[in-house]
Amino acid sequence: MKLNERSVAHYATCDSPADHAGFLRKRVERHHHHAHHHHATSYQRRWFVLKGNLLFYFEERESREPVGLVVLEGCTVELCEAAEEFAFAIRFDDAGARAYVLVADGQAAMEAWVKALSRASFDYMRLVVRELEKQLEEASKTLAACHKSPRRSSSSGRKRHLSNPALLPLQEKPTVLENGYSTWGSGGGIPGGAACLDRDGGHTKPPPLPPRRRSAASSAVGSPVPSLSPAMPESPVSPETACFSKLHSWYGQEIAVLRREWQERQKRGHP
Amino acid sequence: MRYNERELLFLARQPAEKAAEILMRLPKKGSVLKKRLVKLVVNFLFYFRTDESEPIGALLLEHCRIIKEEENVFSISFVEEPERKYCFECDSEEQCQEWIEALKRASYEFMRRCLIFYRNEIQKMTGKDPLEQYGISEEARFQLGTHKQ
Repeated sequence: MKLNERSVAHYATCDSPADHAGFLRKRVERHHHHAHHHHATSYQRRWFVLKGNLLFYFEERESREPVGLVVLEGCTVELCEAAEEFAFAIRFDDAGARAYVLVADGQAAMEAWVKALSRASFDYMRLVVRELEKQLEEASKTLAACHKSPRRSSSSGRKRHLSNPALLPLQEKPTVLENGYSTWGSGGGIPGGAACLDRDGGHTKPPPLPPRRRSAASSAVGSPVPSLSPAMPESPVSPETACFSKLHSWYGQEIAVLRREWQERQKRGHP
Repeated sequence: MRYNERELLFLARQPAEKAAEILMRLPKKGSVLKKRLVKLVVNFLFYFRTDESEPIGALLLEHCRIIKEEENVFSISFVEEPERKYCFECDSEEQCQEWIEALKRASYEFMRRCLIFYRNEIQKMTGKDPLEQYGISEEARFQLGTHKQ
């Protein structure tokens, strides 16, 4: 089966940061031709680099190209009862597949590797992302339920439902939502804010500004660090405003007003 | 470069995120469009001859560009060789868009960026780091600012 090896090797050696790296000794697997065939187990010291769900190994730390790759899907990582201390094994769900036995330099190194490798699968990452997506939605709902009224001149947009794929960052330019607010890549769309109700103390804090929208030219692939403008006057938060539907229609009116203003500015040729 | 091909073949048999019969052309000069069963599993795109159970090939979808070409057509290329394009001709514009969206989200690096973004947003909103409960808040892969590309 072909693999886009050149690109894979490039991914291994390019400067995107590794999730973990270090020397490990890798057990050399030899075929047993005889049941009683006796040979010493040998290990090769290699420089290992973990990127995502891919474990690369190099002959030397400075090697330009990996000598090998272990795809870490459908596997478990466990400590193993090898004669060697600090040994662990990568075993696959695929019955009959050979395991990789690796030996670390010490206890701490072994634990770090086992931890990193057990969480390296794509599925695990996907699980965590989905969980955080839900948590963000919950946090936004809680936030919206507390807010009385944001300032009209602020650029806070109502949070879009997170399952809307338009919200997720894309590798290309961000999409622009219908009302003129850009998605994540340009920093808009989801108002950032601290919890309006401190669960322990019960006091309220003014929410920080939503992320400032960047121009399309400056939005790039990669994590955005939303920059917040300097101090904005506090917006009062009223904990008694418990009726969500009222808040919802209030927000809706605000959006309509903002949208009209925006459209008028567009007509007048303002950015 | 050695790799655990057996495990990759095993992966190719797992439930797909997306699968369809699509016309595909390799970047090799003189290649023609051929009907292939194309199957997306995690961050790999496998492609099979339509009557075979073992894939002819696999593409790791990291550091790649998914580009809409002409009508119904998209391409996959890799950042270090942008002119070498794997081309795919779909049955409809709708199918084409669906595949482009799915493939853009199919990389581990993309998910990492999502995670970092959500983590940051949740932290801003609630003052709490959502990764702490997983015991993974210190891991390099999840840090804001360490994965710029």
